[in-house]
Amino acid sequence: MATTPTAEPKSNRIGLSVIDYKGGKTTLCAGCGHNAISERIIEAMYDMGVQPERVAKLSGIGCSSKSPAYFMNRSHSFNSVHGRMPSVATGAMLANRNLIALGVSGDGDTASIGIGQFVHLMRRNLPMIYIIEDNGVYGLTKGQFSATADLGSKLKSGVINDLPPIDTCGLAIELGATFVGRSFSGDKRQLSTMLKAAIAHHGTVMLDVVSPCVTFNDHEGSTKSYKYVKDHEETLQEMSFVPHFEEIDVEYDPGTTVNVTMHDGSSLRLRKLEEDYDPTNRIAAMTRLSQAHEHGEVLTGVFYVNTKAPSFLDMLNMVDQPLATLPESVTRPGKAALEAAMEELR
Amino acid sequence: MATTDIAPQGTGGQLGRKRIVNDMSIQVATVNGSGSQSSNTVLLRAIFQMGVPISGKNLFPSNIAGLPTWYTIRANKDGYIGRKKEIDFLVAMNAETAQDDVMSLAAGASVLYDEPLGLDKLRNDLIFYSVPYDKLVAAVCPEAKLRKLVKNMVYVGVVAQLLEIEMGEVEKAIRKQFAAKVKAANLNLAAAQAGFDYAKASLQKRGAFYIERMNKTAGKIIIDGNSAAALGCMFAGCTVVTWYPITPSSSLVETMIDYMKDYRIGPDGKATFAIVQAEDELAAIGMVIGAGWAGARSMTATAGPGISLMAEFAGLAYYAEIPGVIWDIQRVGPSTGLPTRTSQGDILCTAFLSHGDTKHIMLIPNSAAECFSMASDAFNLAEQFQTLVFVMSDLDLGMNNWMSDPFEYPTTPIKRGKVLDKADLEKLGGFARYRDLDGDGVGYRTLPGTEHPAAAYFTRGSGHNDKSNYSERPDDYENNMERLNRKFETARSFVPRPEILKGEKAKIGIIAYGTSHWGIIESRDQLRNEYAIETDYLRLRAYPFTREVHDFIEQHERVYVVEQNRDAQMLTLLKLDLKPELTTRLRSISHLDGLPLDARSVTDELSTMEGK
Repeated sequence: MATTPTAEPKSNRIGLSVIDYKGGKTTLCAGCGHNAISERIIEAMYDMGVQPERVAKLSGIGCSSKSPAYFMNRSHSFNSVHGRMPSVATGAMLANRNLIALGVSGDGDTASIGIGQFVHLMRRNLPMIYIIEDNGVYGLTKGQFSATADLGSKLKSGVINDLPPIDTCGLAIELGATFVGRSFSGDKRQLSTMLKAAIAHHGTVMLDVVSPCVTFNDHEGSTKSYKYVKDHEETLQEMSFVPHFEEIDVEYDPGTTVNVTMHDGSSLRLRKLEEDYDPTNRIAAMTRLSQAHEHGEVLTGVFYVNTKAPSFLDMLNMVDQPLATLPESVTRPGKAALEAAMEELR
Repeated sequence: MATTDIAPQGTGGQLGRKRIVNDMSIQVATVNGSGSQSSNTVLLRAIFQMGVPISGKNLFPSNIAGLPTWYTIRANKDGYIGRKKEIDFLVAMNAETAQDDVMSLAAGASVLYDEPLGLDKLRNDLIFYSVPYDKLVAAVCPEAKLRKLVKNMVYVGVVAQLLEIEMGEVEKAIRKQFAAKVKAANLNLAAAQAGFDYAKASLQKRGAFYIERMNKTAGKIIIDGNSAAALGCMFAGCTVVTWYPITPSSSLVETMIDYMKDYRIGPDGKATFAIVQAEDELAAIGMVIGAGWAGARSMTATAGPGISLMAEFAGLAYYAEIPGVIWDIQRVGPSTGLPTRTSQGDILCTAFLSHGDTKHIMLIPNSAAECFSMASDAFNLAEQFQTLVFVMSDLDLGMNNWMSDPFEYPTTPIKRGKVLDKADLEKLGGFARYRDLDGDGVGYRTLPGTEHPAAAYFTRGSGHNDKSNYSERPDDYENNMERLNRKFETARSFVPRPEILKGEKAKIGIIAYGTSHWGIIESRDQLRNEYAIETDYLRLRAYPFTREVHDFIEQHERVYVVEQNRDAQMLTLLKLDLKPELTTRLRSISHLDGLPLDARSVTDELSTMEGK
């Protein structure tokens, strides 16, 4: 036993250190935006004091979908099939409503092969955090355009994209997701704050995080490069987050700041950088996104929040205990039930 | 004795002398959406209530209203309830098909028709009865708009009178059919009575067919296979159902929704289940797999086109080793094939569904009772072997009415398989997800949400080692594949064993499965009585094949594999499993017209192949 006292490792509100939220070593390219997002997820989960065992990580196929292996090893994870993580997440949440589902997808996995499941996930408002690590190209198959690539964006080979992009945020808002925002893997503070608010939200959180692909889409002419995003980013709000377990000690000016009280009692503070932007107004949100497209802006911020809509799990009116672990005494009706059913058929 | 008293039918004029009792098939030809289903059910039930074994088969178009539909009731004192090829008594209600329907009858059959159709001019070797439906129905149903629906009940009364079905039983069946709707019941009863009275006063019975009270249905129920499956799944402790509507499987889940609402809502008014209509079959199977991964007893129901769409996920579930139950109510397909006709055409594609080396457990029910009992088997096997289990029903079983003994309450407890919980992990310290500790090929799993730092593992496809870490090492891949094979081999001794009906000296064997059973048992009697051909019979109930299947083939010189598909799919699967020298013993009899297998087709083909 050492006799000299060593400093206690720093821990969060449930007594875990940040190491308890770490994952395996990344195999993505050095400088990949996805690694930064993994770091922000670790931070947000640690800061919020989320029990890692309650988290279910889910992904489809692609560089983004590999990343759950690089954070939170103490959480179960399911690397499923291309474009169909939403259905797996839905099934998992039906089985165990107490899980915190964290889905990581990419722009190819979501906006092309997965667009069908994506839109239906959004309209169900299933409680889960759905992150698109959006770089506008297919990385694992070496650099083909995805459906979020902007008109006129150029591949390394010189090929120009001549189809309009799908705005996943606009779709999500239109279809019923209740927390929708866009961020940038290079914006630590904004992404971290958004992720914490996402954890506090009960409903579908859809975060489109622009995350440059350093190997295939970070060159001149690309609209998803670090440089392009830094030059064209327009930020809707300056945001801060006060978790429910911390005392609120900073007053805010209701004239300049929107305060959103999240489901768990946390507060998301959005200091308006644009006059009169109201993140609870769906139509305004969609209009503002359309304007951003017209002006070639990379608009970031929380576009839409709705803390009132019932989630899919609320609508199913299930028992509180997870369906997965209900005992036979509850899931197999008694002999009298079978007898009654038989009598009706005689 | 079973068949000898069915004398060959003579012409109409001679039939008065014969009396054929409790052995006939009645076909009702109507228009889809005309309310004929209630009338047909009443007629079926009235005969059933008189103690006569019955079956009811609906031959319907892919259409909501307006196209022709036929309902065939078979009553048979010996309990043959498979489809009978010949129609003995036609109720022709559909002007559009009446001529064809009449022309296709064998001489001596009876025809009941709507007077204005004038069908009696068509042939002189049939017995015709004409009924002025519109006049009769107008007298009992003042409301003109209801007449179309009530009209069909008139023929029930006419048929009852002609065949000597007791009107008391008709009334009982009507009361049951309309349950709480007393006004509707009374109206329909009046219509049936009007038909009965008319027949008594105006028609002279000339046909040979009669229904007489007997005692072979006491205590039995009438149910379709899909409803039986729904009940079975509920009693199997299913908690998550995800589905996409497709004929002929939709009614399985729709019935299950009703049963679950009746029996699986807790005292607090909350559901012990979740049933979700997915956006397509890709999502339905994805949800089944997500729920199975997280520990629920999850299932879906589909048909061939859905099976095709589920292929990729099925392969993932095979490799990631996730339980789930899939009901395939087989039909003819794909696309605008014949979605309302029956088939056993999904056997081969389901056995190996997905890419790479995959193989799946299939259970094959032949009856409503097995739809019920195999539901529990399917969920237990799925969780025991951490894999998908496919239950291969078909349209004939799923959507038609079958007589059955009441279902037996499941005696096997719900088995959740090898799942480690928090307490287990505290003892063990950790685990390797895909390590074969018990030699049966089945590893131990944990569920997401298990509160232990060592509970988590990373689920992915085939590229992993036994700790579930990503690996591209050749030995890891090969070891994993061998273990999966070991698991499948273990399953051989746990799946339902075949049913074998065997004498002492038959050299010929028959292998069949699913609904073909009902044609086979009747055909075996025909072969014995008409051709002196003795056969033994093995009914497959599962894939992988058990030891008994090999033994049966080994014991017979020739084995006819009867199935309802073109390409001898089950025979092909058997060939893969058998010693090479045994494969030459197999002969294929295939039936593929979209109609349920009938005994006569099998008898004709087998006797011909035997040189008789």
